[in-house]
Amino acid sequence: MSRAREGLANGAAKVYLAIVLLFLYVPIFTMAAMAFNASPLYELPFKFDLIWFKSLASNERLLRAGTNSLIIAIINTVIATVLGTAASLAFSRYRFRGRTLMQLLLLPPITIPWLVIGTAMLVFFFWVSNVPIIAETCRALLPAAYCAPRSIITILLGHVALSLPYVIIVVSARLADFPRSVEEAAATLGATPWQTFRRVSLPIIAPGMVAAALFAFATSFDQFVISYFLAPPGVTTLPVEIYTAIRKAFTPEINAISTIIIVISMSIMLITARFYKFGGER
Amino acid sequence: MSPRQRQIGAIFGLTGPAYLWLAVTIFLPLSAMLYCSVLDTSPLVPQPAHFTLANYAAYFQKSFYWPLTKWSLQLGLWTTLFCFLIGYPAAYALAKKIKGRWREALFLLIVLPFWSNALVRIFSWTMVLRPNGLIDSALHWIFPQAPHLDILFSYPAVVIGLVHSYLPYMILTCYISLQAIDDSLMEAARSLGAAGWTVFRRVILPLSLPGVVSGSVLIFVPVIGSFMEPRILGGPRAVTLGMNIEEQFTVTSNWPLGAALSFTMLGIVLVFFLALYPVLKKRGAWA
Repeated sequence: MSRAREGLANGAAKVYLAIVLLFLYVPIFTMAAMAFNASPLYELPFKFDLIWFKSLASNERLLRAGTNSLIIAIINTVIATVLGTAASLAFSRYRFRGRTLMQLLLLPPITIPWLVIGTAMLVFFFWVSNVPIIAETCRALLPAAYCAPRSIITILLGHVALSLPYVIIVVSARLADFPRSVEEAAATLGATPWQTFRRVSLPIIAPGMVAAALFAFATSFDQFVISYFLAPPGVTTLPVEIYTAIRKAFTPEINAISTIIIVISMSIMLITARFYKFGGER
Repeated sequence: MSPRQRQIGAIFGLTGPAYLWLAVTIFLPLSAMLYCSVLDTSPLVPQPAHFTLANYAAYFQKSFYWPLTKWSLQLGLWTTLFCFLIGYPAAYALAKKIKGRWREALFLLIVLPFWSNALVRIFSWTMVLRPNGLIDSALHWIFPQAPHLDILFSYPAVVIGLVHSYLPYMILTCYISLQAIDDSLMEAARSLGAAGWTVFRRVILPLSLPGVVSGSVLIFVPVIGSFMEPRILGGPRAVTLGMNIEEQFTVTSNWPLGAALSFTMLGIVLVFFLALYPVLKKRGAWA
């Protein structure tokens, strides 16, 4: 191919990608711009105003939902990262019967539509919460609201289930090029298994764990379908609250809170990308 | 303790908690749902339930479900097709035409929206598609006399929203398999006299087919189960199988019917892919 034709092809490739990016970002930017527009009916011309962010600051429902989402996402991140990293360590260290099957079992939570998983959880938790022993034990330990089939607890159970496969896949990818000899050297030099893990393995897999934790946080913070089916009456998580608000009436307050969510989620993913790259460079 | 026993203990200790969690939240619920789908009364009703296949039979007996299924399948096909038509060239441009830091930055920009809230992204399309929205305003700015464009709450609106939501999947999977193709293979084909189109048809496309297939599966399956997107962008006339299932759980509380419809939907998806499998296999062999 001549150089001129190649240059033309590369130019066309850039123009095409620019159009695709336009398609991906224009709706998001429009939505964000309307959060700063004074008109309650989304009318143009654009007039800059922070009125919707101010009214959001006094919207108790959305703020409570936001706090709930944040708490659930943080607890979800801790549980999913710890349990997922442990399982990845077993997969990378040992070859055992059932290992491949266990890895295949990570696929259903990713591939089955959330609608089916969410409704299945609702059915199962309903039955479980009606088993007398379980119901009594739960009520002895927690307030009654947490023992219902639709509760913050079951939402958390569901979020961790969706996050775990991603954590295991991300950490396993990091462990794949883990120099085993380093661990063996530590053990030979007299380190206990815990010392070996703390001082040798952990620093090596840390970037993978951070990336996995951020994935888990984003998975939970953005999760709508599972939360929707397991949400108790009243205020629950932010996506559920936004959905309810959209179905009632569109107000620019929803744009304001959506803009905040988008900024948080995208920042988290930008940080993740950085950690992921660090992981690859070392 | 022997080393062997210690190893078994370690495997159990490390994988046990994660898999116990998955069992309680994914596999037991799916089994419970299967059991629920063959009951004649909803678990919500305090009455003894009996075994029945009536919930599955209802799907085939009532003509009401056929149009819903057709709608859902069409939605899945259109969305997958457009994602391929838009996403494959983008993945190709990214993998073969753009190099270095630009590629990294563009790649990140493409996958970034994917990690923002799906609900918010669907909601943002209402700002663009509504009358007096972005597209309508742009149209009137160019042609002041044009009639109002009203595509919000229509079938195309749902397809646009879904394509926007799932496009990064297709770009990602196609990019991964296109990047793995060695450039020397393409050069070899060219030096042996193959024209540009032939190189693409006989070398690049067959080798990148796994990426296209996995992207299609990752898009098609969740689109069939979508209910939130058609509800926000489709208006009252657009009804999918997913929306009907959701209603069985939230509005009418007929859980056994909802459960049976869920498994029927999974069955349809499975049959669909089994039917597609020989085609894909043949295309693969044809390379």
